[in-house]
Amino acid sequence: MNNVFVYCEIEDGIISEVSLELLTKGRSLATRLGCKLEAIVAGYKLDGVESQVMPYGVDILHLFDGEGLYPYTSLPHTSVVVNLFKEEKPQICLMGATVIGRDLGPRVSSALTSGLTADCTALEIGPHEDKKEGKTYTDLLYQIRPAFGGNIVATIVNPEHRPQMATVREGVMKKEIYDQNYKGEIVRHDVSKYVDESDYVVKVIERHVEKSKINIKGAPIIVAGGYGVGSKENFQLLHELADLLKAEVGASRAAVDAGFCEHERQIGQTGVTVRPKLYIACGISGQIQHIAGMQDSSMIISINNDPAAPINAIADYVINGTVEEVVPKLIKYYKQNSK
Amino acid sequence: MSLKIVVLAKQVPDTRNVGKDAMKADGTINRAALPAIFNPEDLNALEQALRLKDAHPGSTVTILTMGPSRAADIIREGLFRGADGGYLLTDRAFAGADTLATSYALATAIKKIKDFDLIIGGRQAIDGDTAQVGPQVAEKLGLTQVTYAEEILKVEDGKITVKRRIDGGVEVVEAPMPIVITVNGSAATCRPRNAKLLQKYKRALTPTERVSAGSDYASLYETKEYLNLTEWSVADVNGDLSQCGLAGSPTKVKTVENIVFQAKESKTITADDAQIEALVVELLANHTIG
Repeated sequence: MNNVFVYCEIEDGIISEVSLELLTKGRSLATRLGCKLEAIVAGYKLDGVESQVMPYGVDILHLFDGEGLYPYTSLPHTSVVVNLFKEEKPQICLMGATVIGRDLGPRVSSALTSGLTADCTALEIGPHEDKKEGKTYTDLLYQIRPAFGGNIVATIVNPEHRPQMATVREGVMKKEIYDQNYKGEIVRHDVSKYVDESDYVVKVIERHVEKSKINIKGAPIIVAGGYGVGSKENFQLLHELADLLKAEVGASRAAVDAGFCEHERQIGQTGVTVRPKLYIACGISGQIQHIAGMQDSSMIISINNDPAAPINAIADYVINGTVEEVVPKLIKYYKQNSK
Repeated sequence: MSLKIVVLAKQVPDTRNVGKDAMKADGTINRAALPAIFNPEDLNALEQALRLKDAHPGSTVTILTMGPSRAADIIREGLFRGADGGYLLTDRAFAGADTLATSYALATAIKKIKDFDLIIGGRQAIDGDTAQVGPQVAEKLGLTQVTYAEEILKVEDGKITVKRRIDGGVEVVEAPMPIVITVNGSAATCRPRNAKLLQKYKRALTPTERVSAGSDYASLYETKEYLNLTEWSVADVNGDLSQCGLAGSPTKVKTVENIVFQAKESKTITADDAQIEALVVELLANHTIG
């Protein structure tokens, strides 16, 4: 009872990266709180899946194995989680801020009248005092996320309602094996006790899923562009530099919204979080939402014609100039000096 | 079959065009500097609704929005593009709502509207990016949902077929109606305002707006019923005050902090050729680049 739960996603028999990252975070929260870490996997043909999750320090693994649970549809998975939570009364529940997590999380929170904070960038445990009500709380989950509008970060708490729910994007938390031989308990549930036949109303007629060819999360060097790049054509310059440096091209949200490049390349709170050894920020002003997704880069170069751009404060090198002027010169002098 | 469609739409500050004056000196948001717009993905949802109306004659599209008086702009914007009417849910008691209290308010209003086949809205609003309200409304109405929809392919025999965008791919699903659908930004963009509809609805006002508009066109609202936009308070939708606004929000903002970045010791150079070449040589020498 009152444990930390992580809802794990599974595709093609593989537990998703974000779920393993959340198990790692969940393990440290459970240790801090002196409670157990429990995981939920719902899908079809789940034999052997425990070997993927146990090493992350899972104390209890809840398996729901049934044909109607894969591929994911909203109602059956909601029933699994809601009915399990009514029995187990978790204090914390974490989900990936993925298409599935963002479909399931709000439904579960609505059914249990519990709060849910989307796209957290940090999770911590701490006390809370409600001065108006004269109440104090110990060991609440601090759900920390940048808030709309600029350089502010909000800490959200759910004092009265359980579970405290949060979604987190892939790459925000670090995945780390806790103990390769960790032995938790496996509970195989009878799906029909949790899911009513009437829940299987949505039929998946067609489904195409491909592994993305863009891998900015694992790239050692990233050349990222912002709104200041100015156009889709100018973004080509960044691709040219990236190809030379064997780097990936990333983008700020403003650049993606402006149609300069694909959504898969978006870096930041609502995109991907990256930790490359070199991050070249081209025409990116540096809103907190963007910085949240790249501030752990080992070295940052900022190319910006605005000397007051906020990103310059965290850059190791600032080049005062426009992208059109500076990037071709970087290309030229790289070609001249390499090898 | 003709369909009764409710479009959930929100008026949001235009966070995509944040200028230098968007933040005040004390680090709070200067809302006055941000124009209020129709949430972009709600416009994608409106287009899907209007296409269904085109394909199924006799269908109606009704806008439901929650916000202050000025949010009536959202209903008019919908009317200019082809919607048939709208409701503004407005009450001080709705203020400070998190997503759960917002979905409670919308769900009570939808229960009052009562007769509908499809509730459709944007996947998320740009001022919060949570994508929570659609599924929460669906749960409160006891309906199923399809999120991240990109295109409604057909409606037939009480069933709706939808193409949706999922992580790394697409999926086509078939689901029974009534249903809640949330639409992704990758869906078709919304049609522009129609000049005739603009003429027809430009004086469409809520009761509150009519009071401040004075009596110049008062008689219009008696003869032209379609110019009267509906305004609902908590009491009008039989809302439970303890589930509305701040009181009905399980999540509380504990602290809001201004972030001061830990400034690094940075080296600033110009776009001068010699300086850029020196930097490239330095990065090559220390193997930062290969």
